[in-house]
Amino acid sequence: MSDVAGEKVFAEIIEKDQRIEPRDWMPDGYRKTMIRQIAQHAHSEIIGMQPEGAWITRAPSLRRKAILLAKVQDEAGHGLYLYSAAETLGADRGDLTRRLIEGRQKYSSIFNYPTLSFADVGVIGWLVDGAAICNQVPLCRSSYGPYARAMIRICKEESFHQRQGYELLMTMMRGTTVQREMVQDAVNRWWWPSLMMFGPPDADSPNTAQSMAWKIKRHTNDELRQRFVDMTVPQAEALGVTLPDPDLRWNADREHYDFGAIDWSELKRVISGDGPMNAERIARRRQADEEGAWVREAAAAHAAKRTEVRA
Amino acid sequence: MSFDDAYHSLTDHDDDARWAYGTGFADPLAGVPTALPEGVDRADLAAYCLMLGDDALVMSHRLQQWITRAPEIEDELAVANIGLDLLGQARLLLTRAGEAEGAGRGEDELAYLRDPGDFRNVWLAERADADFGQLVARLLVFSTWRLALLDRLATSGDPVLAAIAAKGVKEVSYHREYAAGWVVRLGDGTDLSHARMQAAIDAVWPLTGELFAPHPTELRLAEQGVAVDPSELRDEFDGVLTEVLRVATLGRPTVPAGPAPGRGRDGVHGDELTEILDEMQGLARATPGGAW
Repeated sequence: MSDVAGEKVFAEIIEKDQRIEPRDWMPDGYRKTMIRQIAQHAHSEIIGMQPEGAWITRAPSLRRKAILLAKVQDEAGHGLYLYSAAETLGADRGDLTRRLIEGRQKYSSIFNYPTLSFADVGVIGWLVDGAAICNQVPLCRSSYGPYARAMIRICKEESFHQRQGYELLMTMMRGTTVQREMVQDAVNRWWWPSLMMFGPPDADSPNTAQSMAWKIKRHTNDELRQRFVDMTVPQAEALGVTLPDPDLRWNADREHYDFGAIDWSELKRVISGDGPMNAERIARRRQADEEGAWVREAAAAHAAKRTEVRA
Repeated sequence: MSFDDAYHSLTDHDDDARWAYGTGFADPLAGVPTALPEGVDRADLAAYCLMLGDDALVMSHRLQQWITRAPEIEDELAVANIGLDLLGQARLLLTRAGEAEGAGRGEDELAYLRDPGDFRNVWLAERADADFGQLVARLLVFSTWRLALLDRLATSGDPVLAAIAAKGVKEVSYHREYAAGWVVRLGDGTDLSHARMQAAIDAVWPLTGELFAPHPTELRLAEQGVAVDPSELRDEFDGVLTEVLRVATLGRPTVPAGPAPGRGRDGVHGDELTEILDEMQGLARATPGGAW
């Protein structure tokens, strides 16, 4: 198909709200944008295993240990589906991993913050997974078919994780004074980074317009952020914690919560690599990759020998 | 799909039915009678459940330490899965140990509030892995031995042990298959992987002797049809290991398999178990009265 004819079919599929599939013609820009977005999402799942994974061996009850281990396993599974979705566009998992550990591709900046107490496990489930769900539920209708379908399963599991995180916090809030303080401290540390997960404000988000025209994205960053705030405030009240924002209050005219100014310089700093844990997160991923190289080479050598024997 | 689906019922935390899944795990022993079998010594049964439960708990801990360190994502998934299976077995066995003991201790009291000298696991479970080769060597030995054991325990006179074993057989069959697959790939891979896999098998081999040395508790309960005499597992174990090592082009270790370096079943352990328990128990012990 010529580019002109291809572009026409592509535009019709987008216009009718149907799905682009791997073998369909697509503009180079669309392909590159999808690969970048899916890869960043996959990297986020894999790097995101680290902050919570650090608490598996230290979980204070066997039930919580099992829940956390299962959750981190789900994240590995999400990473795997997403790398596979990126491969349908011609990307290669090993190449994407190299881009991650060489700092050429990003992952969600939220995972560059440390997990200082077990309450962080609950708060990550509630706020970070909650923000992720807000971002991801609309992606279940994203125009690229394999990504949209992966997101349906991922969103189901994320909603399970969020529920578990919230349940841990509810339990801790009914526990000792020390535990309640742990929860409040974790909320104080994670609230603003969670709001930053939706990305820069619309006025400062150059890719949003094109992504919305291609129906990769369905809502702007600021719309999604407002939804998250509106949903989370009543949950915080039910939990009995204070969100660390003196300007947070209901605005009856707008029918939304107003909230304070976000420190965008912090987001820029963390994205550019200067967050509290950037170096550690990448170092751990690189170490796993390097220490596993001999294992992957052996598997490839063994598979090649098997193929020779059969031939 | 509605934007709000995932959030809709978060604050109504009593209604599990609105969620795709609940927040807990289904009880795998639902419907199994929990009364203690007649004529069985409670202390013996409790001690035996601790032996098998601690093996699973400590081995699971070592697998948990591999999370985010595995060579491929598929192996992250597999290692987490195996760690989760063994953790599930440990929870059931420790709970049964508490019931048999009758002193009101549950799985968490037993996991978090015992000192190293009260743990009954074999040394193989607590050994740290120097590399992925050692992990799969240890897992092959552990799962081959445990599968042979659980297979026989599925007809135990204690209905709870029998049910735990029957469930475990399916799980540990997969663990053995996973480990054997990697031992073969690494043994028959590159020169480097062959050398490392041979070194890993050699390093694990001295720990195998302890696996087949029966403890008096095991022998007493085996006579009553409740436990398995581990010395009966040797032939099956040797048969499987011989075949896997042959396919993997690995030599059978020249290192003697015994005598056992410690008697984990009597609570004699190395420093490695102390390190594991410091990590596992630290937070739980630092927050007395905490609700998790």
